[in-house]
Amino acid sequence: MAIDTNKCVGCADCVVACQTENNVPHGFSRDWIVENVAGTYPNLNMNFRSERCNHCDNAPCVRCCPTGASHIAEGGIVLVTHDDCIGCSACIESCPYDARYVHPDGYVDKCTFCIQRIDKGQNPACVDVCPTHCLHFGDLDNPNSEVSLALKNRKWYVLAPEAGTKPQLYFLT
Amino acid sequence: MKEELIVSGRNIPGIDPYLNMWHWQIALYLFLGGLAAGVIFFAAYFVVRGKEKEMPAAVKWASIIAPAALVIGLGALFWDLNHKLYFWKLYTTIRFTSPMSWGAWTLMLITPLSMVWVASYMKEMFPKWDWKLGFLNSFEKWVIKNRIPFAWIMMILSIILGVYTGILLSAFNARPLWNTSILGPLFLVSGFSTGLAATMWISRDEHERKVLSRLDLIFIAVELFLIIHLFMGFMAGTAVKLEAFKLFLGGPFTVSFWVFVVLLGLILPGILEILELSGYRVPRWVPAFLILFGGLMFRFVMVEAGQITRFLY
Amino acid sequence: MKTRRQFIKISTAGAGVAALGLHSLKVKGLNLLGEENTEEPVSDEDMTATPTYCEVCFWKCAGWTYVDKKGRIRKIIGNKNDPHSNGRMCPRGTGGLGMYNDENRLKTPLIREEDDKGHQYFRKASWDEALNLVAANMNKLRKEHGPECMALFAHGTGGKIMSHLIKAYGSPNITAPSFAQCRGPREVGFFATYGEGVLSPERTDIRDTRCLVLIGSHIGENMHNGQIQEMSEAIDNGATIITVDPRYSTAASHSRYWLAIKPATDIALLLAWMHVIIEEELYDKAYVEKYTYGFGELKAHVKDKTPEWAYGITTIEPDVIRRTAREMAGAAPSVIVHPGRHVVWYGDDTQRSRAIAILNALLGSWGRRGGLYNPEKVHLPSYPHPPYPKPKRSWRDAFPKGKYKLASEVLTSGICDATIPNPEWDCHLRGWIVYGTNLMASLPDQKKTLQAIHSLDFLVVIDTMPMDITGYADVILPECTYLERYDILRDSPHREPYLALRMPAAKPKYETKPGWWIAKQLAHRLGLDDYFKWDNIEEMLEWQLKQKGSSLEEMKRIGVKKFHREYDDLYNLQNLEDCEFNTNTGKIELYSTELEEEGFDPFPDYTHHPEPPEGYYRLNYGRAPMHTFSRTVDNHNLWDLMKENKVWVNPKVADLWNLKNGQEVWLKNQDGIISIFPIKVRITERIRWDSVYMVHGFGQDNKKLTRAYGRGANDTHLISKVMEDPIMGGTGMRGNFVTFLKEAPANNRKEDKA
Ligand SMILES: Nc1nc2c(c(=O)[nH]1)N[C@H]1C(S)=C(S)[C@@H](COP(=O)(O)OP(=O)(O)OC[C@H]3O[C@@H](n4cnc5c(=O)[nH]c(N)nc54)[C@H](O)[C@@H]3O)O[C@H]1N2
Ligand SMILES: Nc1nc2c(c(=O)[nH]1)N[C@H]1C(S)=C(S)[C@@H](COP(=O)(O)OP(=O)(O)OC[C@H]3O[C@@H](n4cnc5c(=O)[nH]c(N)nc54)[C@H](O)[C@@H]3O)O[C@H]1N2
Ligand code: SF4
Ligand code: SF4
Ligand code: SF4
Ligand code: SF4
Ligand code: SF4
Ligand SMILES: [Mo]
Repeated sequence: MAIDTNKCVGCADCVVACQTENNVPHGFSRDWIVENVAGTYPNLNMNFRSERCNHCDNAPCVRCCPTGASHIAEGGIVLVTHDDCIGCSACIESCPYDARYVHPDGYVDKCTFCIQRIDKGQNPACVDVCPTHCLHFGDLDNPNSEVSLALKNRKWYVLAPEAGTKPQLYFLT
Repeated sequence: MKEELIVSGRNIPGIDPYLNMWHWQIALYLFLGGLAAGVIFFAAYFVVRGKEKEMPAAVKWASIIAPAALVIGLGALFWDLNHKLYFWKLYTTIRFTSPMSWGAWTLMLITPLSMVWVASYMKEMFPKWDWKLGFLNSFEKWVIKNRIPFAWIMMILSIILGVYTGILLSAFNARPLWNTSILGPLFLVSGFSTGLAATMWISRDEHERKVLSRLDLIFIAVELFLIIHLFMGFMAGTAVKLEAFKLFLGGPFTVSFWVFVVLLGLILPGILEILELSGYRVPRWVPAFLILFGGLMFRFVMVEAGQITRFLY
Repeated sequence: MKTRRQFIKISTAGAGVAALGLHSLKVKGLNLLGEENTEEPVSDEDMTATPTYCEVCFWKCAGWTYVDKKGRIRKIIGNKNDPHSNGRMCPRGTGGLGMYNDENRLKTPLIREEDDKGHQYFRKASWDEALNLVAANMNKLRKEHGPECMALFAHGTGGKIMSHLIKAYGSPNITAPSFAQCRGPREVGFFATYGEGVLSPERTDIRDTRCLVLIGSHIGENMHNGQIQEMSEAIDNGATIITVDPRYSTAASHSRYWLAIKPATDIALLLAWMHVIIEEELYDKAYVEKYTYGFGELKAHVKDKTPEWAYGITTIEPDVIRRTAREMAGAAPSVIVHPGRHVVWYGDDTQRSRAIAILNALLGSWGRRGGLYNPEKVHLPSYPHPPYPKPKRSWRDAFPKGKYKLASEVLTSGICDATIPNPEWDCHLRGWIVYGTNLMASLPDQKKTLQAIHSLDFLVVIDTMPMDITGYADVILPECTYLERYDILRDSPHREPYLALRMPAAKPKYETKPGWWIAKQLAHRLGLDDYFKWDNIEEMLEWQLKQKGSSLEEMKRIGVKKFHREYDDLYNLQNLEDCEFNTNTGKIELYSTELEEEGFDPFPDYTHHPEPPEGYYRLNYGRAPMHTFSRTVDNHNLWDLMKENKVWVNPKVADLWNLKNGQEVWLKNQDGIISIFPIKVRITERIRWDSVYMVHGFGQDNKKLTRAYGRGANDTHLISKVMEDPIMGGTGMRGNFVTFLKEAPANNRKEDKA
């Protein structure tokens, strides 16, 4: 997924859409918005980032899961099988992005890239709702996908690369 | 000025404003695991060295602590699980990349074995003891016959357990404070030291206590050395490591770490042990208690502080 | 009922407690109750989607409400064929189901009662009883004082049917805060210039623009959906955005130029821009020549309004003023100097809007692609009814002749004035119906609003939530939410004419009823059946749609229907086509003959406004993208995103006051009014050192709003000084100054809320 920080207005529509689409209980969220301000009035810079699980290529949450509940599904999506999860929180401790949480029902939950929608060829809910069209979802293995092209033509960065997880959310600047 | 803040109101229990998923249960679990590892290691060690008679407390009496500690520790771990009814899923698979998984399996092995260990000494400790059931008595005989290989297995498992208590934390890249290779040996050494302390407390034999005390002094020295090393590592590390270091240098954990863990939990009992060894009378529970207390504090501090350290925001 | 109305906090215990008890049965890891939230996502095919258009703000985006097999509303998704939403709701629209699900909603009609000890309270009533009481009061008022003593405040879609009722009843006093507290000055300023208003949605062709100039309009925080989407598209197309805002708004951060203007000085900047554009001959000569009136006078008027002159006032560097003027001219006519929307700032707002209108005319953007287009709407005939009776009086009679002559709509503040008994005018207003507007949060100068309320014979509030205003009602009628009802068709103007249908996705919860039903029931009791000849609203909609060649059945299927423009004149001045404007001169009036006639300045001029005294800061306010005024503060979905407002303080000011991030302070304004609740400090460079900023709508003082109660501070409460626009009566609200109290004030409850 690529996220255009030049266009995001930090409205959190992606957060509400995720909550309604995925029935995320009140008080929890699979995605969130970070506002960055730097400088001194009036020489300022600001951007917003819509963040969620990075679906890391080298996912520590999957590695440390003692039951295999956390796993990498087809297409590189990191998922949690609720009925295999014992709720030990090891994966939560292992995620540098604090992308996971314990669902009130006891299992661990997080962004699934809306697998139920992708399976049907739809975009994730957050992508489809964003009023500024600043979220782009697609296949990075396909060099002609929207995301691959965006990454080719624009400058981007990932979050906390030094944590070594090979995150798969790309922030376009 | 630089401002970086979550503006979508995220306030998830245990995650925001900073991670706080693991609580006293995990610290206690790690402490008891280390303690049991220490106790078992030395019991087995003295058996292998043929010092069974010289070191009665270490080999027999103290080893009662191990199964108790392990069961309580497991209880604490279970308590901390959020999806308790699925606990058994731990034992449907072995995940080699997951310290939690091999920790669970190690515990699965070492807990019953430690019970067997204690059981095999029941008759020596309580001469009137009788297993009543025939097959138990013959099993006991078999264990006693194979005590040396059994002790070897216990030694190896206890080292794995001791290291595991540290690696459980150090495997987490995401928490700069934990993510250091020193944590494994450090927890091992600290666990062994607490095991020795507990044994010393129980031991009524002057000679045995001296032996244990000398050993313990070595462990305390190694532990101090490792702690210094740990901090040197942080000081030489990246910004996030420095942040982690700051928690202990002027940050919220300064007192609990330097005063309770280092001063009261290591240096003071060390001094007391030296005094005792050079002939001064020190109530024997004092250094032992201090070491146990320091060990527990150490795990509390590491579990709590580690969760605060992070890469982002 | 002339007794002083006590503010009543609606309280109903029970449901909440029971729910709590059950909750504790739930064991972590073992879900005994099978609560809703444990469910996995439901795929779209397993749900039914019914059309609606959003009522969380006034942009009215069309969308689909998805209902699962158990009849629960799961999500709201935009309608792809709707130009307001283009298939994407804004966060508030997406979270609209929180209004439906809110367990704090008004549930039954309520009637004010008084016990022996003089203590007032609300009693649950049946609809029949409540409607009879309202009708009895209205009948009595009509008989004793005439129907013109009745006023209706109505904001939002359902208000249209209420207006129909009140017009049929015989009163012209129908008002909404969307004029005097919002768009009024802009509409009047543009009308004076072009003979037409800006309308809603704004006629701004942001999609195709090459340069967008935002004067305070904080698009991105002001989350009017279509504008955000088009602005984002414009950014993609490389358009230049110039934002003039004393605060570092989201729009400012996305702009090529951010002009951090000193508050209250925009007119000086606008004049300087005109000066540059005229002196450097950058204006659209053919356009100005052909369409405008008074160019010569304008040129003389701005002759000395140099960038250097403006620099001293606005603190914007002359060089920046020149460069931005040239950017605009370079992009012309695909340039929009955005008219803004909430424009009641400093009392000279019609003149500022005029300046914006004039600047657009110089750049030739009105009627041009990428400028201000020529919108069109579907003209829906109204269901046949007898003509409305002719009122004998109106609210205007309460004022000296000619006052507010240019107010093209009824002033809310004017209605308040006309309600307070006044020796000059013998018949003050005596009855109010307040539909869908939380007057306590939307009208500045709460003291005056309360004075008016206490002068009333009766006050009826029709709302969905126990908002502040309901506490003063004699009768409360609970409306169902927009997701549970039919409403009139949306016929807003756009590039192309469209109709959109709102239909219920679920049955009304509790004992709530749709607005149209309430209006019809009242009409019956007032003997006005002739005006409501349909049995239910579907019949009326069907009739209307038939006139337009559609049907209710079709609309239920598609939700939004596009019609063809009557003429191909979206950009009606693109090639200098002939055009007669609806002004005195038939031209675009750079020089306003209308304002001159009424004794006002025909040209905008800069006037100096008061500045905050020592230790005080200008109270700036605005929107947060995830909330709409006070109406969403208790909406669980949106509350999750933002629970309270914070007061933004510049780090220098924070240092001076020794304030910490997150610290709670009370705000005290120039008139000694202290915020009821404390508000947390946010230290940020995004605000100037002479101002503080807060999001409007918070600080609700009604415990029944269990989530919103006591969260943050209420800006309206602190806006006691109104800078009235002499031209059209707009209530300028940005001339209030506040200071910090770090300790809890001794007695800071509102006196009327004992
Ligand atoms: N201090 C200050 N005052 C302002 C503003 C400001 O920024 N600051 N902004 C001004 C502007 S621009 C405007 S447009 C006005 C807006 O003023 P209002 O329209 O009064 O705004 P809200 O506070 O949202 O009040 C809406 C009311 O309608 C109710 N409601 C919501 N949906 C329905 C429904 O379907 N049916 C019925 N019957 N009721 C419903 C809500 O519960 C709430 O009580 O405020 C103006 N006043
Ligand atoms: N999310 C959300 N969106 C909304 C609404 C909502 O409630 N919530 N309400 C809708 C409605 S009805 C309206 S009317 C609009 C209002 O939306 P706008 O018309 O955009 O609102 P304003 O209040 O005019 O603008 C607020 C901005 O003006 C700036 N400002 C303050 N003083 C000055 C000054 O002296 N000069 C200049 N140049 N700028 C100044 C403030 O810093 C702030 O950034 O929003 C609409 N959109
Ligand atoms: S919906 Fe889009 S614009 Fe809004 S916060 Fe999310 S990513 Fe940003
Ligand atoms: S972001 Fe966290 S939860 Fe997601 S894959 Fe990476 S480590 Fe795992
Ligand atoms: S909490 Fe669940 S998903 Fe996470 S590591 Fe433990 S078992 Fe795996
Ligand atoms: S991809 Fe789906 S699950 Fe992930 S944040 Fe977006 S909406 Fe939520
Ligand atoms: S802009 Fe948002 S709140 Fe307003 S009508 Fe559209 S979706 Fe609803
Ligand atoms: Mo407005």
